[in-house]
Amino acid sequence: MKTLILTTAALALSAGAALAESHMQTVRMGTEGAYPPYNFLNDAGEVDGFEREVGDEICARAELSCEWVTNDWDSIIPNLVSGNYDTIIAGMSITDERDEVIDFTQNYFPPAASAYAAPSEDVDLEGGVISAQATTIQAGHVADSGAALLEFATPDEAVAAVRNGEADAVFADKDFLAPIVESSGGELIFVGEDVPLGDGIGVGLRESDAELRDKLDAAIQSMKDDGSLNELILKWFGEDAKTFE
Amino acid sequence: MFASCADPETLSGLSWLMCYLTTGKHLAFYGAFGTVLLLLAITAPVALLFGFGGAVAARSRFAPLSWLGRGYIAVVRGVPDIAFFLFFVIALDQGIEWLRHKAKCPDWDQPIRQGNDFIVCAEAKMPLSTSAQWVHEVYGFWLAVFTFALVFGAFAANVLFGAMRAVPRPQIETAEAYGMTRAQVFRRILVPQMWVYALPGLSNLWMVLIKASPLLFLLGVEDIVYWARELGSTKTPQFTDYPHGDWRMWYFLFLLVFYLGFTRISEIVLDRIMLRLSHGQETLANHKRTGPIGMNKAGPP
Repeated sequence: MKTLILTTAALALSAGAALAESHMQTVRMGTEGAYPPYNFLNDAGEVDGFEREVGDEICARAELSCEWVTNDWDSIIPNLVSGNYDTIIAGMSITDERDEVIDFTQNYFPPAASAYAAPSEDVDLEGGVISAQATTIQAGHVADSGAALLEFATPDEAVAAVRNGEADAVFADKDFLAPIVESSGGELIFVGEDVPLGDGIGVGLRESDAELRDKLDAAIQSMKDDGSLNELILKWFGEDAKTFE
Repeated sequence: MFASCADPETLSGLSWLMCYLTTGKHLAFYGAFGTVLLLLAITAPVALLFGFGGAVAARSRFAPLSWLGRGYIAVVRGVPDIAFFLFFVIALDQGIEWLRHKAKCPDWDQPIRQGNDFIVCAEAKMPLSTSAQWVHEVYGFWLAVFTFALVFGAFAANVLFGAMRAVPRPQIETAEAYGMTRAQVFRRILVPQMWVYALPGLSNLWMVLIKASPLLFLLGVEDIVYWARELGSTKTPQFTDYPHGDWRMWYFLFLLVFYLGFTRISEIVLDRIMLRLSHGQETLANHKRTGPIGMNKAGPP
């Protein structure tokens, strides 16, 4: 009888411990949901894409339970620092300007090329009208290049501006433009040279969240080490995509 | 949704459209109409309540209360809506979290503001970051209701304040002559009679409120305009089973029809209410319909 009580007590204790373990820290992942293949809403209305898979894997490795939230690109940093979600995982390049306001993990996507897409070869990339998504590194680059910058809230609107003739060319991440150019049936083509911008894409965090940053950093490192990150990059960005060494 | 939609590439024409219009995303779009209608249904009476409170406060003979009411009307009406929606909601949310933080984590030693960051202890988060996404959405919805009600309440307060002054003075004097107290005059004479003067202004407000509902997206609520933009944007075949070009025009056309239809129905209903309220009242609208009614005249016929 005594042993029975003891075993029950031990069982109850271990069950309690297991319960405590399963109660993982919840991390809310903020993304834009309009930037395929990085992140987009699939037909079911759920967040999907490269970053969804990377994010879920990072969370699994860091033993966090993750919740996906979409937010406008424009206000994605203000909503992070005011605590509406805990990370930004939205194809956000690591830049010095952003680093002053928020923190980044190490990059989970290598420095990528940006490119111009236009209806024809003979557009003036230095003096014409170039569209880009607002507050992106591409918009900054266009502003510096001397061309007239036309900013849009979403990347899709920036592309649409070229289609309807409002802008001469659109400047965006090449990986975002590639599927659009490919499926446009010759309506849009890549023009000019590719431009390498930024230090790669990392997860954005509040500067005060050093602990979470270390956890995510370690998880990204382990994905780099065992090659699973490269596999995901190849899966979403094609065989020719740039991977980590 | 339907079994026949498993392989959209083989579909064409109407069956493709039927499958396309019943994707999870589209269902969320239809759901967003419910969100907007619910928001309007809750906000309108709450805003009216705020407005009534503001108007009564502004009329008060107790000076500080009157200043409060007048201040509310002047300040909220003067601030651009968009600034209000961007600034006020974040401030309100942080204010709530700050209060909860003070109550729940008294022995927290770090500063709440660290550079750009707003940090409160995990228990003070509103809603808790462990809560499900729908809890966050419901919370966001109520923040939106409160903000809309506050903004439109100020306009309603101004309308009601004016309407209370428009009630003919002899009506009040007669009531006083019968020996009614101030409160009785207010309850029995002023409030029942002011509505007919307030209604044109209030119906304007209702129309503006309907049209202001796309501001919801600023507050993080995924409303119909957000979904129309998302669904209408160009879809490349790599990332969806239903690729299409730039269809935003059709989605926004649909919204146009929805808003026009909704405001038209509102107009019809408001006209009926107006007819009811002006029954037995000496207003021009009533003169036209039924001719002058002598009963209501204060002076000799």
